[in-house]
Amino acid sequence: MLNQYSSWKYVLLLVVLVVGSIYALPNIYGSDPAIQISATRNAVVDTQVESKALEVLKESKVTLRSSVLDSKGLLLRFEGVEQQLKAADGLRDALGENYTVALNLAPATPSWLRDMNALPMYLGLDLRGGLHFLMEVDTELVLRQAMESNANDIRGALRKKKIRYLAVRDNKEQVTAKFRTLELRDKAMSAVRSELNDLSLTDYEEAGAYYFSAVLKKTATILLKKSALQQNVTTLRNRVNELGVAEPVIQQQGDNRIVVQLPGIQDSARAKRILSATATLEFRLVDVNVSPQDALDGRIPPTARLYRDREGQPVVLKKRLIITGDRITNASSGFDSESGSPMVSINLDGAGARVMAQTTKKNLKKPMAVVFIEHKESSKMVNGKRERMTRKVEEVINVATIQGVFSKRFQITGLDDGNEARNLALLLRAGALAAPIRIIEERTIGPSLGADNIAKGLNSVVIGMVVVLFFMLFWYRGFGLVANIALSVNLVLIVAVLSMLQATLTLPGIAGIVLTVGMAVDANVLIFERIREEVKIGNTPQASIHAGYDKALSTIMDANITTLIAAVVLYIFGTGPIKGFAITLSIGIMTSMFTAIMGTRAIINLSIGGKKIKKLSI
Amino acid sequence: MQIFKNTPTFDFMAKRKIALAFSLVLIIASISSIAVKGLNFGLDFTGGTLIEVAYPQSADLNEIRQRLTTAGFGDAVVQNFGSSKDVLVRLAPRENTSSQSLGDKILSALKEDDAEVTMRRQEFVGPQVGDELRDDGGLAMLIALGFILIYVMARFEYRFALGSIAALIHDVIITIGVFSYFQFDFDLTVLAAVLAVIGYSLNDTIVVFDRIRENFRLMRKKEPGEIVNASLNQTLSRTMMTSVTTLIVVMAMFFLGGELIHAFSIALMIGILVGTYSSIYVASSMVITLKITAESMMPVKKEGEDQDDQYKEGQYIE
Repeated sequence: MLNQYSSWKYVLLLVVLVVGSIYALPNIYGSDPAIQISATRNAVVDTQVESKALEVLKESKVTLRSSVLDSKGLLLRFEGVEQQLKAADGLRDALGENYTVALNLAPATPSWLRDMNALPMYLGLDLRGGLHFLMEVDTELVLRQAMESNANDIRGALRKKKIRYLAVRDNKEQVTAKFRTLELRDKAMSAVRSELNDLSLTDYEEAGAYYFSAVLKKTATILLKKSALQQNVTTLRNRVNELGVAEPVIQQQGDNRIVVQLPGIQDSARAKRILSATATLEFRLVDVNVSPQDALDGRIPPTARLYRDREGQPVVLKKRLIITGDRITNASSGFDSESGSPMVSINLDGAGARVMAQTTKKNLKKPMAVVFIEHKESSKMVNGKRERMTRKVEEVINVATIQGVFSKRFQITGLDDGNEARNLALLLRAGALAAPIRIIEERTIGPSLGADNIAKGLNSVVIGMVVVLFFMLFWYRGFGLVANIALSVNLVLIVAVLSMLQATLTLPGIAGIVLTVGMAVDANVLIFERIREEVKIGNTPQASIHAGYDKALSTIMDANITTLIAAVVLYIFGTGPIKGFAITLSIGIMTSMFTAIMGTRAIINLSIGGKKIKKLSI
Repeated sequence: MQIFKNTPTFDFMAKRKIALAFSLVLIIASISSIAVKGLNFGLDFTGGTLIEVAYPQSADLNEIRQRLTTAGFGDAVVQNFGSSKDVLVRLAPRENTSSQSLGDKILSALKEDDAEVTMRRQEFVGPQVGDELRDDGGLAMLIALGFILIYVMARFEYRFALGSIAALIHDVIITIGVFSYFQFDFDLTVLAAVLAVIGYSLNDTIVVFDRIRENFRLMRKKEPGEIVNASLNQTLSRTMMTSVTTLIVVMAMFFLGGELIHAFSIALMIGILVGTYSSIYVASSMVITLKITAESMMPVKKEGEDQDDQYKEGQYIE
């Protein structure tokens, strides 16, 4: 008998080999240190910006490798990291606030490969250096704030229907409303029900008064948390853009966490300051009917609240909110042309502008206050356990008389200095976080360690592989050579699949590849040992090959599927480094089955499968 | 090259009792070490702050400790990492400080002594993250074991499933036991390695089981003990080959892969050695202990059985 494959199998193998080689190819070109220039707000990156940038580089005597202008902006490639850093400093100074200048590693893939969407593997932070943050979002606070605004809405609904109430109060979980009579209460409940769908109401009586309590429906709670998280992701993305990072990763993880990865960034202190600051503004009217002294003595109507300004002086503001910081579309810092004092100029969105216009019209010449709200973290011991909490710090930063009716554009003055104005503008522009965040995990990998990790990882793959190749050749001779070809192709395929998926390669991922190399040999060892057995019991060479492959197949399948189960479970339940390891391991198992079974068989069939041979080189 | 010119005829199962005693001793030793000494959990699991710095010349650890003590970090663990120039500083989670900035403070304290020092890596893990990672890791392991049990049960038979799980638990306990005894750093990568060991050891066990199943069909008149012995001998050269090649690459990782995957490769080395041993002595002898019979093997239809017999079946046809 002879060993032959039908031609479609050869074609399939050839196609896989060619496609695999093409998609693995981009990885050998490496990458260039580069700078990505992109526009922040209204600016655009055009040829003018390009020529300006080139001029700057010429002045600072930086040699440029190439400059490409596309829809994403301007990409400048440099010969080395030093040149890149030098250029970045110069460009930042020259281009100013409207452009971000981000350090980047641009793949040096030739354009014909890029046209086929063949890109190199994405290197993880442990290989390229950078910052990794895991942040937790305080969604409880969102719910508490929601109850506050629900109380406002209930008051509004009751006023609209002219239903008299004795009190509407909110606490963390619920809003309670108090009424004099049963009819009023029932009327109020139906009014609230028709206006506010997110609330579920319960009625009760106590000490001769009639009450209802309102809590958020479960679906509303979930939605609220989800949108808060979503808004935080968006906000963080904006802030990261302010930082100037080339390929940031900002992802939601689980119910209340966000992962932020900033490749190439080393200054963790600055990154943290900008990422985790939670500042927002609230615009409220000053309650002129209540004197601060009364408020200090506790005589304060339920519609007003006592605040303090920067000097600690009491200010009484109305509880009803005009607008919050999330209505702000843009904010920029500067100096007031009249007084020369630092100011922040604010733009509002349509809804914000409408409310602002109405309010200012009705309250002309009355004072309005700007409240700056920050969330600061603290922790204390509670029953022997450490509890972290975020404290809401509210500060009136500015009280100004409304000088005219304004809506979309206005200014805040009364800030300490220009620096503060700049910081405030940045935070406002980047948007307010819907809920405070807390960094619960942080990793910084220096660039030298990243380069080291790549070099060492590569080294161990190459050396381990070479030793195994020699070993196989020594042990199985001709068949060993065949196995070696399959093993090399296997490595190419793993790299190709990782590149195609644009999966992140990490150090544990490299370990997974190394381990796959060791284990990929196993399939061939199983087959070859079987063939040897067959030869030993006196079968002809061709029959032995046939039987060897046949009998080993189910064993290889069982062994690999069980390992694959372990790898998949690792991927699903693992985090970070474990995931990277699991990905390469599973890809390696699948490609190795293909190359070690089909690949080697094809080579053997092609070379000796059609001939009458006396002895196998095994 | 071949290790054995002819199929070897070691009587593995004769030494079954000795091996069982040996395994039991190892397991008891491992469990007591884990109970008494515990594991030297890495930052991933304990939480805290870690910073790795590089000096241009050999670093004086005592000087660094003194500098950190004066800076208020008396509890810092200072050690070399990989070479005498690289230094690792570790701090336990702290009360009432935002531990996130601790790394920066340490770095600036070290820079006061030697401006040349550079930051290589800095990590902060909050305590609740550490707990979660530990729980999730443990959970992943249990779920993996569960799925494997189901698969082996479906493909083979419950006795084989129990045998393979016994071998896996044996391997995991001993690997972790060695880490506990020598107090090696047990971090996330080691957990990944332990899970890889599960995959590897299982691979080995399945190959042997596959042979046992095949031989039960071919050698109907033999005793189970003889059949298991024959199967182990037939697969012995493959077992050795695969262990050796895998050990080669793991050694390459250990010696060349750098300090960060040191613990990972140690775990794999232990696991490969123990896993090879366990597929012979734990998994297979468990199958005999559970009284496997030829009849119980029959219902499972083997692939390729209905293909025409172009080649002679194995040498045991009588």
